[in-house]
Amino acid sequence: MSAIRCRQLCKTFKQGDEIITGLDHIDLDIETGEFVCLSGPSGSGKTTLLNAIGGLDTPDSGEIHMGDIRVDKLERGPLADMRLHHIGFVFQAYNLIPVLSAQENVEFVMEVQGVPVAERARKALDILKEVGLEGMEDRRPAQLSGGQQQRVAVARAIVSHPDLVLADEPTANLDSVSAAHLMGLFQELNENHRITFIISTHDKRVMSYAKRLIKMRDGKIIGDEAQ
Amino acid sequence: MTGLGSHFKIILTLSWRNLWRNHRRTAIMLGAISVGVWAMIFMTSLMRGMVDDMLNQGIRNLPGHIQIQHPDFLDDPSVVNSIGEPGGELLTALTQNGTRSWANRIRVPAVIASERESRGINLIGIEPAAEADITGLPAQISAGRFLESNQDKGVIIGAKLAERLETRLGKRVVIMSQDPDNNIAERGFRIVGIYQAELAAQEEFNVFAARATLQKLLKIEGLVSQIVLVDHDYRDVESLYRRVEAATPDGLEVKPWYEIDTYLAAMFNLMDGFVLVWVIIIFLALSFGLVNTLVMAIFERVREIGLIQALGMRPGLILYQILLESLLLLLIGLALGNLLALVTIKPLESGLDLSAVAEGMAMMGVGSVIYPSLTLYDVLLANVVVVLLGILTSILPAWRASQLDPVRALNTH
Ligand SMILES: Nc1ncnc2c1ncn2[C@@H]1O[C@H](COP(=O)(O)OP(=O)(O)OP(=O)(O)O)[C@@H](O)[C@H]1O
Ligand SMILES: [Mg+2]
Repeated sequence: MSAIRCRQLCKTFKQGDEIITGLDHIDLDIETGEFVCLSGPSGSGKTTLLNAIGGLDTPDSGEIHMGDIRVDKLERGPLADMRLHHIGFVFQAYNLIPVLSAQENVEFVMEVQGVPVAERARKALDILKEVGLEGMEDRRPAQLSGGQQQRVAVARAIVSHPDLVLADEPTANLDSVSAAHLMGLFQELNENHRITFIISTHDKRVMSYAKRLIKMRDGKIIGDEAQ
Repeated sequence: MTGLGSHFKIILTLSWRNLWRNHRRTAIMLGAISVGVWAMIFMTSLMRGMVDDMLNQGIRNLPGHIQIQHPDFLDDPSVVNSIGEPGGELLTALTQNGTRSWANRIRVPAVIASERESRGINLIGIEPAAEADITGLPAQISAGRFLESNQDKGVIIGAKLAERLETRLGKRVVIMSQDPDNNIAERGFRIVGIYQAELAAQEEFNVFAARATLQKLLKIEGLVSQIVLVDHDYRDVESLYRRVEAATPDGLEVKPWYEIDTYLAAMFNLMDGFVLVWVIIIFLALSFGLVNTLVMAIFERVREIGLIQALGMRPGLILYQILLESLLLLLIGLALGNLLALVTIKPLESGLDLSAVAEGMAMMGVGSVIYPSLTLYDVLLANVVVVLLGILTSILPAWRASQLDPVRALNTH
């Protein structure tokens, strides 16, 4: 899996009679191993763009390439496989399966991938320790705070070293120490494992880790600069 | 393509835990399934018991399992259509191992008269020793005695008939019939026994006398109306039938019970259909609850379904997961229902006394005590129907869930 290319991406939403612009002719190239932050006011299209790149939502028009694959042309099944094997997701609002413990949530993706039991348990425990949740492995999401839940979600997204991590506001519920720790972890994975990160955020501290900062407004890219 | 096999554990975990998420709803649904399955099995065993009883009585009381007679006898049960007492090859076949019991019978229409009343009856000449094993008549004698030999001069009548004739044990009656030359044959008999049958109609019409006595009266020495055979189980008379048929001389007719009493045979054949219909009707009632439960369970976790889809679980696996959840519910319900059926049927093995409502039952040809009959076939049928149809009705809601749009599902509140 490698470079991401978006060409003339458009996405609109209908809300009653109103037509809302989600993405407005987006052209975007992201190379393997980049560390990108998306910023912009609420409603500017950050989540919509992440969903399109991650193959969760199909654009109305335009193309999305990931290496040789036309993401926007994939069927549901292959699209699910692509997400499973190549992308780690941190969603903005809802991330954890309530009937599974923290550790089981982290193991979930690996289990569906078919990673052997012992290996995935070891990886899950390591990563939970890394995000500061040692001792909370057996708690269900309802027994964790918002910030702890978010860290479980991050742990799940990165545990199996995907090619690409799409993180939507991953630090929204975190204090500055935890946020800094998480960003350090992302940075380490980015540098040592060449994992591509695309992170949407309002948080200035998060942006300071970015090597490239993309600004959005009204579904358009209005700024794109290396840092 | 990732198969179900490697994902079974995670799917099972999700299904099992989701099942117990809403305890109340699951408990209610389990209650409904188990009571439904119980009703399927319990009622079926009662129905089977009733029909068994009806058939056993019906068959034992007259036709036996197999009859040998003159080809015209069934259409015209007159003394003209008699046959010789069995001999030669047939006698060997009858007495050989494997035939449980057999007896010669004479059956002619007759009139019985007391000093006050007279009635048309079915006069039956029996061989007391052999007959005892076939009809259970000796056990039904409520006053007096059973016939003692083939030459016994007494007669046994039903309690109902005694009432109609305004006569009683020890009194004399006159029985009148015709001999083969159409001459009136009549004789006085002393009532030596009164019997009480489960079926009121029999008490009124069947009158029993000794075989040799009737042969003399009707001038048919050496002849009988029919030979009746009884095997071990009315469901399985084929081999005996073939053996006897092969040994029977030409010109005689051999018939199994289901060709003689077509009403009983139809009853018997319809039973499987009745059971299936009954099981399906109960299932239909259940299916509404099942579908509703499933739809609610899915509705409550649309976001989760969106999430696991977004994370890369294929729609097919989501379908399996929900079907498995439904299957678990069904299997637990079935286990409880089967158990419930077993513990309620076991204590009734000695019979369920329905004498309070038995008058109506006797009319249908059923005794007042039902012995539930639990067969593996019926239990399997109920279980298979519930599992198969249960899964079938779960497919649509499960398929819908698997086709949810992940982004939209994730953003549902
Ligand atoms: N399912 C939807 N139906 C209708 N409108 C939608 C839908 N999803 C997004 N939108 C609209 O599309 C636009 C872009 O939304 P998007 O969620 O991408 O914004 P965002 O940049 O992620 O905002 P935030 O920072 O608040 O998360 C917004 O105007 C939003 O209201
Ligand atoms: Mg957003």
